[in-house]
Amino acid sequence: MSILKEEFPVEAMDFVTAGEASAQIKRLLKKLGVDPGVIRRLSIACYEAEINLVIHSDGGKLTLEMNPENVSLISEDVGPGIPDIDLAMSEGYSTASDDVRMMGFGAGMGLANMARNADRFHIDSKVGEGTRIEMIFDINK
Amino acid sequence: MAANNLHSVKLDKGKCVGCTSCLKRCPTEAIRIRKGRATIIDELCIDCGECIRVCQQHAKIAVTDPLSSINRFKYKIALPAPTLYGQFKKLSDISSISRGLLRMGFSDVFDVARGADIASRAIMEKLKSPNCPHPLISSACPAVLRLIQVRFPELIENVVDVRSPMEIAATVARKEFCEKHGVRPEEVGCFFITPCASKATAIRNPIGHEKSAVDGAISIIEIYGLLSSQLRRDKSAQAAEDSEQKKCTALGIGWARTGGESLAIEEEEALAVDGIENVSKVLEEIENDRLPDLKYFEGLACDGGCVGGPIVFENVYIARNRIRKLVVDLPKEKISDAVSLEEVRSLGNDLCFDKPIRPIEAMKLDQDFAEALKKMDRIEEIAKQLPGLDCGSCGSPTCRALAEDIVCGYARELDCLFLLKQKVSEMAKQMVEISELTRE
Repeated sequence: MSILKEEFPVEAMDFVTAGEASAQIKRLLKKLGVDPGVIRRLSIACYEAEINLVIHSDGGKLTLEMNPENVSLISEDVGPGIPDIDLAMSEGYSTASDDVRMMGFGAGMGLANMARNADRFHIDSKVGEGTRIEMIFDINK
Repeated sequence: MAANNLHSVKLDKGKCVGCTSCLKRCPTEAIRIRKGRATIIDELCIDCGECIRVCQQHAKIAVTDPLSSINRFKYKIALPAPTLYGQFKKLSDISSISRGLLRMGFSDVFDVARGADIASRAIMEKLKSPNCPHPLISSACPAVLRLIQVRFPELIENVVDVRSPMEIAATVARKEFCEKHGVRPEEVGCFFITPCASKATAIRNPIGHEKSAVDGAISIIEIYGLLSSQLRRDKSAQAAEDSEQKKCTALGIGWARTGGESLAIEEEEALAVDGIENVSKVLEEIENDRLPDLKYFEGLACDGGCVGGPIVFENVYIARNRIRKLVVDLPKEKISDAVSLEEVRSLGNDLCFDKPIRPIEAMKLDQDFAEALKKMDRIEEIAKQLPGLDCGSCGSPTCRALAEDIVCGYARELDCLFLLKQKVSEMAKQMVEISELTRE
């Protein structure tokens, strides 16, 4: 049962607005009074997810769903998909272009970092279609 | 304690015209215009002084102590902020400031820059400790500390637990004075000569410790006139006897400018940021884990650092440049040579925080999470009805803030001029319809 559901569209290669969805999500969670520790983990994962959408996808959205027990963050995109998820999950692996790396992104920590910060992490990807990542954060109260 | 004692930024109701200048600039959205006057939400206010700076009517005032308040004590020690040295033209020697303060009625003067030297050494030791959090966040600016309490509670554990240079200066100054003159500590009052209101708040309500060692804060702007006339007289008087007091270093004085603290602690992986909006943005980056290599974060609420405080006399850029030049001409002494570890340790319990910093839950919509979710849902609905112009005419800083205020019961939908206009035109239409229908 989700009580609150919010969608945040993210555009590919738009570095002007990159990070805004995460900032809005963070603000929302602070207003709701979610535990600071949970917010910290969610912030990190959410920002990684948003930047992944900007860099690697052809556009997508972040969906935040909340109920009194947990917060789920879903990242969905239309894009190239990930051919080898295990490889992509290993730290240091990145397909980011040099341009993107010059901006300080694409260190290849993204997916692993997301998985580490979420309480539950699930990824589905189809080459040529897109990727869907679901992360769940328990609100331990 | 009454909530309005918590802050040092107050409103002069007679001068406020209810414009939206401060409303739009408050970094924590702590201001609302109600009944044609600005009001400050105490829990959200961080004493940064932005509203003092932007108010064209000078209706926002910093509450500090008058100079005459020093007479409460038999012995009074002035603690000049390093910023004070940037306020005067052609100041070649900071001891002329000390002499001026003595002639103004102080019994002794202790440079807060010396407190900054000691704080620097203590912070350097903290950075060496193996379980030091990264980045360590400076505790010097009370407005930034409050910003962290209100908006970044998850970063509280990163704040370095060393007390501010002002506190350290007061502790050492009182101790040395009492030893030298054989007087009791309670006979001695320590007064900070302050560039900002947030320090006055930090004296009344210290963050991280129970009681302040400082007895009052006198604004730089209040003593500026008197002190500058003393400085003019000083030129003929020519240098007094050398005090036995240990001198502050150039690095300690450098704390007045953004980056001065980072320079003093000799940390390469440090980042210094000024301006409360800029500080917020970088704290967001730290929160997102975007700066994994960063070891030290120095955030200062005012542009330029403390030299840009809201209650100083001199323009920030001019003052900053004077500090730069003053520091260049002083001997280059490293903090580790100027302050011994024994000296740091001699402060005992007065060096570090002894009380945890607590989050201020002023942003929370409701204590109950399920209730907060419901409120958020309603806020989203109302926000969709509002025009999204963020004009401020309703008295809330943004349309979103108005939606929140409505849901929390502090405002009504018809406070929005656009919704009101819509409503009036609907009513007018209905009136026309009725009159058409009832025409004889």
